[in-house]
Amino acid sequence: MYSQIYLTKTPYQGQHWRVDMDENNIAWVTIDVKGSSANILSGDVLQELGALLPSLVAADPAGAVFRSGKKSGFIAGADVKEFTQFTTVAQARDRIRAVRPIFMGIEELDFPTVAQISGFCLGGGLELALCCDYRVAEDLPSTKLGLPEVKLGIHPGFGGTVRLPRLVGELTALDLILTGKSLDANRAKKIGLVDWVVPARHLNRTVATLIEKHPTPRKARSLQWLAAAPFIRSTVAYFLKKKLEKKAPKAQYPAPYAVIDMWQDREFIEPWEQYDQEIDSIAKLFVGATAQNLIRLFLQGERMKDLGKGAMIKPQRLHVVGAGVMGGDIAAWCAFNGMTVSLQDTNETMIANTLQRALKLFKIKTRDPHIIQAAMDRLIPDMSGYGVAKADVVLEAIFENLEAKQKLLATMEAKLKPGAILATNTSSIRLEDIAKSLENPDRFVGIHFFNPVSRMPLVEIVVGRDTSQDTVKAGCNFTTAIRRSPLPVKSGPGFLINRILMPYLFEGIKLVAEGSSPEAVDRAAKEFGMPMGPITLVDVVGLDICLSVAKILDTSGKHIVPPLLQTLVDQKHLGKKTGQGFYRYDRGKQGSSQTKARGKLPADGSERMFAALLNETIACLSDWVVEDMDLLDAGVVFGTGFAPFRGGPIHYIAQEGKDAWIAKLEKLKQTHGERFTPHPGWKNLDLSTVNIVEEKDHEKTDFRHNTTMAGKYFMRPVQGAH
Amino acid sequence: MNNINKNSSKAKDSPVYVVDGCRTPFLTTRGRANPFSAADLAVAAGRPLLLRQPFLPDAIDEVILGCVIPAPDEVNIARVVSLRLGCDIKTPAWTVQRNCASGMQALDTAVRNIQGGHAGLILAGGVEAMSRAPLQWRPKLVEWLAGWLRARSIKAKLQSLAKLSLKDLRPVITLLKGLTDPSTGLSMGQTAEELAYEFAISRHAMDQYALASQQRLQQAQKDGVFSEEITPLFSPDGAVIKEDQGLHPNSSIEKLAKLKPVFDRPTGLVTAGNSAQITDGACWLLLADEATVKRLNLKPLGKITPASWAGLNPAQMGLGPVHAIDSLLKENNTPFGSVDYWEINEAFAAQVIACTEAMDNQEYCEHELDGRAKPMGRIAPDRLNVDGGAISIGHPVGASGARIVLHLLQLLKRSKTKRGVAAICIGGGQGGAMLAEAV
Repeated sequence: MYSQIYLTKTPYQGQHWRVDMDENNIAWVTIDVKGSSANILSGDVLQELGALLPSLVAADPAGAVFRSGKKSGFIAGADVKEFTQFTTVAQARDRIRAVRPIFMGIEELDFPTVAQISGFCLGGGLELALCCDYRVAEDLPSTKLGLPEVKLGIHPGFGGTVRLPRLVGELTALDLILTGKSLDANRAKKIGLVDWVVPARHLNRTVATLIEKHPTPRKARSLQWLAAAPFIRSTVAYFLKKKLEKKAPKAQYPAPYAVIDMWQDREFIEPWEQYDQEIDSIAKLFVGATAQNLIRLFLQGERMKDLGKGAMIKPQRLHVVGAGVMGGDIAAWCAFNGMTVSLQDTNETMIANTLQRALKLFKIKTRDPHIIQAAMDRLIPDMSGYGVAKADVVLEAIFENLEAKQKLLATMEAKLKPGAILATNTSSIRLEDIAKSLENPDRFVGIHFFNPVSRMPLVEIVVGRDTSQDTVKAGCNFTTAIRRSPLPVKSGPGFLINRILMPYLFEGIKLVAEGSSPEAVDRAAKEFGMPMGPITLVDVVGLDICLSVAKILDTSGKHIVPPLLQTLVDQKHLGKKTGQGFYRYDRGKQGSSQTKARGKLPADGSERMFAALLNETIACLSDWVVEDMDLLDAGVVFGTGFAPFRGGPIHYIAQEGKDAWIAKLEKLKQTHGERFTPHPGWKNLDLSTVNIVEEKDHEKTDFRHNTTMAGKYFMRPVQGAH
Repeated sequence: MNNINKNSSKAKDSPVYVVDGCRTPFLTTRGRANPFSAADLAVAAGRPLLLRQPFLPDAIDEVILGCVIPAPDEVNIARVVSLRLGCDIKTPAWTVQRNCASGMQALDTAVRNIQGGHAGLILAGGVEAMSRAPLQWRPKLVEWLAGWLRARSIKAKLQSLAKLSLKDLRPVITLLKGLTDPSTGLSMGQTAEELAYEFAISRHAMDQYALASQQRLQQAQKDGVFSEEITPLFSPDGAVIKEDQGLHPNSSIEKLAKLKPVFDRPTGLVTAGNSAQITDGACWLLLADEATVKRLNLKPLGKITPASWAGLNPAQMGLGPVHAIDSLLKENNTPFGSVDYWEINEAFAAQVIACTEAMDNQEYCEHELDGRAKPMGRIAPDRLNVDGGAISIGHPVGASGARIVLHLLQLLKRSKTKRGVAAICIGGGQGGAMLAEAV
């Protein structure tokens, strides 16, 4: 930008906000939160917003424009960290209520106000924009508007549930709030959330024109008010809840139900009371276990993003060897996320298949043909492996064979450019063994993706004995750059996720072998809050793959591969991919189970599966597989889909009581054998640092249905463990 | 010219090196559009070429691409491709067109720009997606459409509709337009018929030549001759194309003899079997000056000279190579006999045969070429188009000029010989030739 608006004076200049007047007497209110890369509405920032309003009014402007001083976006939302400090309903209520007069103050300014939105405008940021008379969005791909609070187990609290329906209509608003989805600029314009979508070159003029002309601010005009008509409203609410129950049970995810309840009750309360109603409702949610767990997981996810900070190079080029399902999908995903990827395989058909799959994926991800073409152009077939010498990250994803990997990595190591890292996607071979063929094992690391790559948010960064800290950082940085969450784990059989999953899957298979129907086993796991039952998961991953992972883990001693698994593999019933596993599949759709087992689940069935999982979790913790309990919890949730509202396995243990679980294990050991022997780590388990929220306001879990509402983000279906 | 000369070092007549080159397999059209646009083909050929260089694409000073009919959404296709290949946005890119020699024109311009000191490292080549040549509306239909759009009332619309003639709905096949000489109205095939008449070339001789072209390609493919020249093409439908599709492995003299003439019916001699095939393809070469070769530690394939260009009677455009080769040898003081290998683009069997005849014809050389009292000489058949040519490989018009130069350099390297000439005839009555030398 070579030109700027000519500013005449600055009536307010604070830490995070400033108000400038231009020659047309328009006040430009700029938020630029100090010491943060994104604008976040923390208590301080909000307080300062309240403090600047008198100066703004005193300047007597023709109008005011709220805009961001940061390139990253408008406002990312409220400060989630502060949410974790709420311990009582009253405290939460007071903190949120303090914002109300500030936002009201903006809404009631007697000159026109415009929110100028470039980049993200989420949560509290959108609620602030809703207080303005007009909203103008820049037509950037990064412009996103939404109220994602429900993903954190809460709902909007700064008047969003009140103001949004007035602007876009009752049902449209409910949809946005209940799903937490965000809209791009054009979609937002379509539903009336923004008044104009313009390129950067027209932003200032559009805003100035709006202030000058001052047209009547937009109001919802559709027939959606009908949904809120007397008698109809309660019926609509009933059906909304019914629909919701299929996705997320109330006991596990109370926030969306609270939104509907609030909306239903509005039939009987005055408009100005709606703000108080919203605050009361969110304050209750805040101190609930679900919200606190989801918020904690969100913050851990943010922490993972920072693990790669300070890495030496910004990864731009990736070389992948092995165009199988994993290698190919990794290459495609990385190309879509901006990497220049060379894909090496001796078999050109494998590369061709990858390109075909990639095109299919890109077409699902975007409708913009230019983005698809650019991504396809970045995905370069490279049968001779020329890309190695240029890559920042060289990733091996060939078949699981120690010698082949050793040989391949040694030849590639010789060609690496300075600063590049060498990585393996192995899920079963010890890093230290592979590294034996390398000159510099310090720049060798495991980067372990899960299947399907485009849907699994977690990537294990496997740290071998010789892997340097810089290499780990580079691996994390790479993972973050492709929009995945890196979890550094110690090298060892199964790393973290497969190691924790397997005993649980085996216990599920054992239950089937003992006569429980696969449906019953899966149902129990889903009632616990898993996105997918263990038997279905085994089918999806592939029985053969589970078996091979099982054998790797078995060398470490204590797990016993269920004979049923071996039998099915011998019969070539490998799961979904062969059309038959524990279930039958018709064109990829699950049908009835094909095993003889038809029985009910024994009373301790669910407990057995999760006891196996938790016992292994404690084993991982005492083996120091992951740095700390928080990362362990977040990793297991992101990697396995472990019931997010429970906050992760460690948090779940803390909630249920450590001694209670030890006792359960002892009992299971007596009835079912040594595999339930509590790991010695239980004894030393110190849960004093784990904050547990006491469940008071709602009844304990009424295990009914599964999966999510609260979380595209937190609950991606686990489709694989390889 | 551009001022961005990251790598340039000015010296006229200084050597220009071909660092490397790469092309797609040439795809036959079979009456359908191939799944690749011209830009897609050029990207597919350019990506592996740039990937195997020791420098990143942003080191390139200039991109020059020859193309005869880029699609309407590929205006200045060189720039489209340059950006898609990841070349720097500051790197200028432009498209050149000299009909069938567009690819050679790109190389010629690149050589001259390097010798002129304007650039040190240039990506140059040619591309054509002939299967994608558009169909056009006839001018009459366009005129009618304008009237239709103006007609507002129902009556006016009906009146307008009455004026529409079904004949006007027939599309214009632009590819055929492009393959017709605009000044004489002769199709390219008819110019070949002219040469056959002029030099008394029999149908059998043409078919023999065409069969040899097929057999040479088949042998070359079997020997893996193209392994360093061709990069596989990956189609969005999951297919992999590794070799030129124009090969008819079961071709025989009997089969060729059965084909009907296409251009002069019914008594003509030029058939689909003894003509170049309409194909899609792209070919790139990387050209550099001496300083750049040293600085980036490149291993050049060979050297090339600027092209020599010549004009002649459009009705005899097929003899263009004779005139261009004549100038080329004179300009470079190169004796005819010192040339180890020849690549003369096979637009038509009759046309290549006519060229070899003309070069060895006392009368033709004396009358048509300046200062030649004696014929140039006869090219030995085992030194001409030894790995097949456009009759078997195909002739994507914009790309062929670059392909024959690249293949010639590969051939010199393979046979450990020194010097070769690549020449091409140009619709409209021109010829172009380039001298290639091994290093």
